[in-house]
Amino acid sequence: MTTRDIVFTAVGAVTALSALLSVTTKQVVHAALWLLVCLGSLAGAYLVLGQELVGLVQLLVYVGAIVVLVLFALMLTRAPIGPHAEIDTPWWQRLAGALLGAATTALLASLLLPLFSGATADLDTPTTTTPQVAQAVFGTWVWPFELLSVLLLVALIGAFAVSRLVLHRDGADGADGARHPGTVSSGARSDGRG
Amino acid sequence: MIHLSLPAALSALLAGIGVYGVLARRNAVLVLVGVELILNAANLLLVTAGSRPGAPLSAGPVLTLFVITIAAAEITVALAIILVMFRRTGHIDLTAVPDLTDDEPDDAGDVDAEAPRADDRDGHPRDAVREPAAAGEGVG
Repeated sequence: MTTRDIVFTAVGAVTALSALLSVTTKQVVHAALWLLVCLGSLAGAYLVLGQELVGLVQLLVYVGAIVVLVLFALMLTRAPIGPHAEIDTPWWQRLAGALLGAATTALLASLLLPLFSGATADLDTPTTTTPQVAQAVFGTWVWPFELLSVLLLVALIGAFAVSRLVLHRDGADGADGARHPGTVSSGARSDGRG
Repeated sequence: MIHLSLPAALSALLAGIGVYGVLARRNAVLVLVGVELILNAANLLLVTAGSRPGAPLSAGPVLTLFVITIAAAEITVALAIILVMFRRTGHIDLTAVPDLTDDEPDDAGDVDAEAPRADDRDGHPRDAVREPAAAGEGVG
């Protein structure tokens, strides 16, 4: 049990506990906030494992962007404040979910723990430093990296197109041709407002 | 020096918690929280495997960065779809009986609540449906 083992156990306990709270709490907004704690302490776990770059990207992208997006989505869908029993499935379905989750953990642990038993990483002389990661990203992995930027662009445009999608509930005026000019003017109006 | 069985165990635990989160929630946004936990379990496993001595091509951390990027793209599109669902049905309850009827307006209140204001402004009732799109584009 080295010092890094003890530090990782502490950080990992915080991560696991906050993950458990984020899936079991009855308050919708608290779930997103516990997710923030979980992802932040997971960034700490990456730091303990010696991957500073991954830890910082985790902080920037997950904690800085994804959790904020989740919070915005909760606000835009009028999440109830305070304890709310309606966000969970019935108890028998939760019991089945707990059994399946425990089975997943047991399966993965029974596979991974023998695989990693006795394996140690000497992080004082690390094998993968940040300059090496940078050289790998822009050397070996440069084409997947460029493809990912295209993926991000496609996701951005796709999300914009989906959020422009108008599903009529009062389908009396549902013709496509009549719909599109209105949609465009709606976009222009919101641009001017923002 | 660190024993790598600890992060492997944490990864297994996070994956199990994420599976429970996906199965035990009705709110669509909270289902996504479970999906994020599963993705983070995969990330932690990649970093753990990448910090074994002799891991080639820096594959562990690089693939982790790629997975983080893909997760950002995934959640952007998913939240846009959830917002469209909220505008269409008035709730994001995934266990609700789906409304498969085509044309008649149903009883979900908040979209209808904006109808008088939109009517007064330019007299087209269908603007009431389109109005939350302005809010949705901030997330997309």
